[in-house]
Amino acid sequence: MSPENALQLICPAGSLPALKAAVDHGADGVYLGLKDNTNARNFSGLNFDEKSLAEGIRYAQGKRRQVLMALNTYPQPGQVERWHRAVDRAAELGVDAVILADAGLMAYAVKTHPDLRLHLSVQGSATSYEAIEFYRERFGIRRAVLPRVLSLAQVENVVGNTAVEIELFGFGGLCVMVEGRCLLSSYACGDSPNSFGACSPGHAVRWQDTPQGMETRLNGVLIDRYAADEKAGYPTLCKGRFEVQGETYYALEEPTSLNSLELLPEMLRLGIAAVKIEGRQRSPAYVAQVTRVWRAAIDAVKRAPETFAAQPAWMAELNKVSEGSMHTLGAYYRPWK
Amino acid sequence: MRLSLGPLLYYWSREDTLDFYAAAADWPVDIVHLGEAVCSRRHLLRLPDWLDLAARLADAGKEVVLSTLPLIESESDLKALRKVAGNGRYRVEANDYGAVRLLAAAGAPFVAGPTLNVYNPDTLALFRQMGAVRWVPPVEMGRDALARMSVPPGMQTELFAYGRLPLAYSARCFTARHYNLQKDDCQFKCLDHPDGLNLRSREGEDFLTLNGIQTQSGKVHSLAHRLGELTGVDVLRLSPQSRHMGRVVEVFRALLDGDADPAVAPSQLDRVIPGTPCDGYWLGEAGMAYQGPNHH
Repeated sequence: MSPENALQLICPAGSLPALKAAVDHGADGVYLGLKDNTNARNFSGLNFDEKSLAEGIRYAQGKRRQVLMALNTYPQPGQVERWHRAVDRAAELGVDAVILADAGLMAYAVKTHPDLRLHLSVQGSATSYEAIEFYRERFGIRRAVLPRVLSLAQVENVVGNTAVEIELFGFGGLCVMVEGRCLLSSYACGDSPNSFGACSPGHAVRWQDTPQGMETRLNGVLIDRYAADEKAGYPTLCKGRFEVQGETYYALEEPTSLNSLELLPEMLRLGIAAVKIEGRQRSPAYVAQVTRVWRAAIDAVKRAPETFAAQPAWMAELNKVSEGSMHTLGAYYRPWK
Repeated sequence: MRLSLGPLLYYWSREDTLDFYAAAADWPVDIVHLGEAVCSRRHLLRLPDWLDLAARLADAGKEVVLSTLPLIESESDLKALRKVAGNGRYRVEANDYGAVRLLAAAGAPFVAGPTLNVYNPDTLALFRQMGAVRWVPPVEMGRDALARMSVPPGMQTELFAYGRLPLAYSARCFTARHYNLQKDDCQFKCLDHPDGLNLRSREGEDFLTLNGIQTQSGKVHSLAHRLGELTGVDVLRLSPQSRHMGRVVEVFRALLDGDADPAVAPSQLDRVIPGTPCDGYWLGEAGMAYQGPNHH
């Protein structure tokens, strides 16, 4: 991979203002979805309708940036048409790629729009080159987004054994589970990312100020309870405090964000094609801030990989917008596991 | 309708595992899934051991299926997968698309496991073309969705009908985390928890079960009281638990044979079910919900 094509910066666009913020602050590409359950950020008030989508594509492509459309939930029986029409619309509007998870939907896309570029979504749960090669052989995918479960050594093994471009998550909310293989949300409240396009959805969330402290619940289940000096967080259920054998703690994962910025030299060396910033549900200001920092960092590592160091100012800026104001290298750093 | 014993999801001592399958040879189940289907670090039985068990169970008249890992991370995981996929004798349940690639390329008929996310008729048809002869719907799929799946000829449907629901997989080991150990030095703590570790809300509600890198439901999914409405289902999967599994199989067998009334199934399972029951997924609700037999 030539250096100019490596480490493209792919930023979240949950709205037209966020898309413009990403483009204006240096994203090489944005990813977005429609206002329905065809994508994994099916939140009210978020995403694109026909008009904003057309304008977003015009804006980004006018500045030679890419638009990737996420259609990365699993089409539900009896509603498959909706996903087909979304693929059709993406092709007609000339998006640069669609990000898909479902094999059946890929088959439709290949048959109906042979020139449409396909990316395998993180929701496709492909963690090995054998799995990625499955999608390449069958559907000609050009890029795969890896779930946030592999160490860098494992990522290297994947990259070395497939011609498919690899995209890694760089920053943002951290799924501790393999994406696409987590049904905790539907177990608690009926809706999962796979089928509904959201985890721990707002309609099932309750905030309650009680004498014991602020309580957050998901469909009635107590996810966390906060002392007076603690800042209450959104009750994403894998980030709650639970009791196991008499001990109460973050049994699955602390509320923390992924930040792999200091690994950029390694990612460049491995030939990682793109770095993805999580957060379509976040504000345009967040998108602007994170995009600006990552743009500077990627430019710096490409200029001088040997002397690259994560600048304290960058890290401070990113920490300000991190969930729980903490960050982790996640699975890229093996001892985290 | 046939009965299957799902893969053993917990980590038991070698002796307990061998005893369990020795007993299973005499249980009225038709299909037995073997092999490690959760964590690649678990090694008390290796593939030759599983193949020995497979031969014994096949001799006892069981259809044997070898299940593969749902999370493949390393080259050694892939090597193990290739050995299972190429075993040459027993049918394989693919739980990852790497396994699907290998099995489809070999032209081997296979079972499409519950983690492959087969959610719609298009994907199911694709699996039939690739050589799958049976599929297990995602455990969250309910009866209305299943009824719309238009299962192609030559494809059987196996439904997860009993046991703690396998809900999620992670690179992180939550059992090791509970003991403040890293996964690479987990000291095989799963051995101390033959039915997993209970995770409760701070109000004492059973919520989830930690089983190494897998997270299961806290409640025990059971469709015993709903067997009458499982049209289009060819196989019922019962997921192993450490105690009373033979009795669970007998209850389901009697129900299938018409020797017992599904409405009384919960009371028959009452003394052997290792937790409170749930059936919500089947009804299109939260998986942890429970309606029981009174709301048909």
